[in-house]
Amino acid sequence: MHTEGKDHAELADIFNKDEKRVDWHDETLWFIRAKRDKAVHQLPEWEDLRNTASQIKHNVLSNLDKYLVEFEAQAQANGITVHWAADAAEHNRIVHQLIKDEGVTQMVKSKSMLTEECGLNEYLAEHGIEVIDSDLGERIVQLAKEPPSHIVLPCIHKKKGEIGDLFHMYLGTPSGLDDPQQLTEAARIHLRDTFLTRKVALTGVNFAIAETGEFVVCTNEGNADMGAHLANVHIACMGIEKIIPQRKHLSVFLRLLTRSATGQPITTYSSHFKKPREGQQMHLVLVDNGRTVQLGREEFRNSLKCIRCGACMNTCPVYRRSGGHSYHTAVAGPIGSILAPNLDMKKYADLPFASTLCGSCSNVCPVKIDIHDQLYKWRQVLVKEGYAPTVKKVGMQVMTTTLNSPTVYRLAGKMGRIVMKYAPFAVNNGLNPWYKNRDMPEPPKESFGEWYKKNRK
Amino acid sequence: MTSREKILAAVKQNQPESVPMPDIAFLTGEPVEATEKFVTTLTTIGGRVYRVGSYDEIAAIVKQNYTGGQRIITLIPELAEITTEVFAPQPAAHHLQDVELAVLKAHFGVAENGAVWVTEELLGHRALPFITQHLAVVVNAADIVPTMHQAYARNIDLSYGYGAFIAGPSKTADIEQSLVIGAHGSRSMTVFLMG
Ligand code: SF4
Repeated sequence: MHTEGKDHAELADIFNKDEKRVDWHDETLWFIRAKRDKAVHQLPEWEDLRNTASQIKHNVLSNLDKYLVEFEAQAQANGITVHWAADAAEHNRIVHQLIKDEGVTQMVKSKSMLTEECGLNEYLAEHGIEVIDSDLGERIVQLAKEPPSHIVLPCIHKKKGEIGDLFHMYLGTPSGLDDPQQLTEAARIHLRDTFLTRKVALTGVNFAIAETGEFVVCTNEGNADMGAHLANVHIACMGIEKIIPQRKHLSVFLRLLTRSATGQPITTYSSHFKKPREGQQMHLVLVDNGRTVQLGREEFRNSLKCIRCGACMNTCPVYRRSGGHSYHTAVAGPIGSILAPNLDMKKYADLPFASTLCGSCSNVCPVKIDIHDQLYKWRQVLVKEGYAPTVKKVGMQVMTTTLNSPTVYRLAGKMGRIVMKYAPFAVNNGLNPWYKNRDMPEPPKESFGEWYKKNRK
Repeated sequence: MTSREKILAAVKQNQPESVPMPDIAFLTGEPVEATEKFVTTLTTIGGRVYRVGSYDEIAAIVKQNYTGGQRIITLIPELAEITTEVFAPQPAAHHLQDVELAVLKAHFGVAENGAVWVTEELLGHRALPFITQHLAVVVNAADIVPTMHQAYARNIDLSYGYGAFIAGPSKTADIEQSLVIGAHGSRSMTVFLMG
């Protein structure tokens, strides 16, 4: 999809053209949010778990240098080769070198949002390496030549008919086939062949344990394991914030992760990789790519606690009705809108404004990140630095003038009420960005000020 | 400066003042009848449970369900009679690609999520529980713990190179959120709950 130069509002406009699809997208994600609620309500200690997880992560962020060194030493003692990458470019170079060293031009990859963030697939393609994504959802968007639109549900924006068309074109399934069961079976056969023939496999990392030097990868499909166990070389890539102190802390995070993500009690497979198997090489790449900068921004530091469950996206009224691609960044939705401006304030200045600040994201976040507060804080930073999106800037200038003068404020309020009463079409139209996908409220007959003047005596 | 030094220096400079690690000992979950809960949970997530009293019973169930020609392998000596071949663990797993059923032992199970904990030496090969078409696991009923907290308290043997919690058959819901069992891993998961 071509997103170059378009901001969230423009990209959301494109998504919003198909109203039926928007409704379907909205309902699908809400259905997942509801499953999350059901799972959560079965655990009376849910809030204790969230608090504890948040505190553990706080301890991690405040001792990250020690934990990283400890993790590295343990992992090396286990026979894992540890690499450090300061940015996306270095990460991509390291991975490419490892593939070259094995003398192959193909790789199988399981889901890793970090490699999306680093643009690894494109980089490797430019260097003649073919990458096959093995998570079904990721494989589907890869065939469609699109990025994932959700961190847990990469092709949540696609209808089964469209997936059937892709499979017909690339995997040779009968045309018109749109049965999820049969399509999954076709992908199973196609990818099994890939797993059996690839010598290098790359996986992401959900958690890395400082105490033991092992790392944990969670999947429902088993694709990370199929890739890693059949390959000669296993490369695992992780952001430096994925460290947790001790093995026993996994209990807290594994209890929270999938309940928040999909409402499941745990993923089908929670694999603990500690040592390479006999005859295998295991490499682990620790990536910074802006994380240390975010660590230094006190107001946004908490965003590094994220365990990538996707709950904030599933619940976000803006995400649900604008689609993941409208965020034009690897991690979409509320948390992505906090992480992206850290990497490039100018390019992602629009994202913190793509929120209603309703707080639903913060309420569901399993590690209690103050997501909506951080979005609000980003707006202030961005406006101060002169990066606010233009439409909002004009609106805000008018707002500032209005709010600075009591007379103009009273007059504007009165005008507004009159306009909405006698000419609602003047507000309920496409020129008013607040009208998009919502009807404006009925105006009150008089302002509070007017009412107060009349009634106070 | 290497990237390692650069990153560590930046972390050190930017990280907040150290806060203590919280105590997690108070997190234990609600008291539950663990075995019952395990059976219900695993069944809900698409697994099958047989309560058995002996290995003979397991062998009988396997023989009833798998007839003729399919590759069945196990590392459990008491089940030798169901194996269609002598199974030798070796580094490459590609020779396992047409295994129909693998019967493995698990260390323990977790009631709250239906998962069983397995480690390398019980698998023969790390790929086996994934590459097999169907997976069966034997676990003692007495070895079911209520939640993940007790699970990690219990699995203190750190000598494994690879270990996994496995909860039910492989699945996906990537196509319009329709649940499909049997993505890349095993198409079914059976747990024989012993005793
Ligand atoms: S910010 Fe919180 S809710 Fe959102 S993906 Fe991260 S952990 Fe999940």
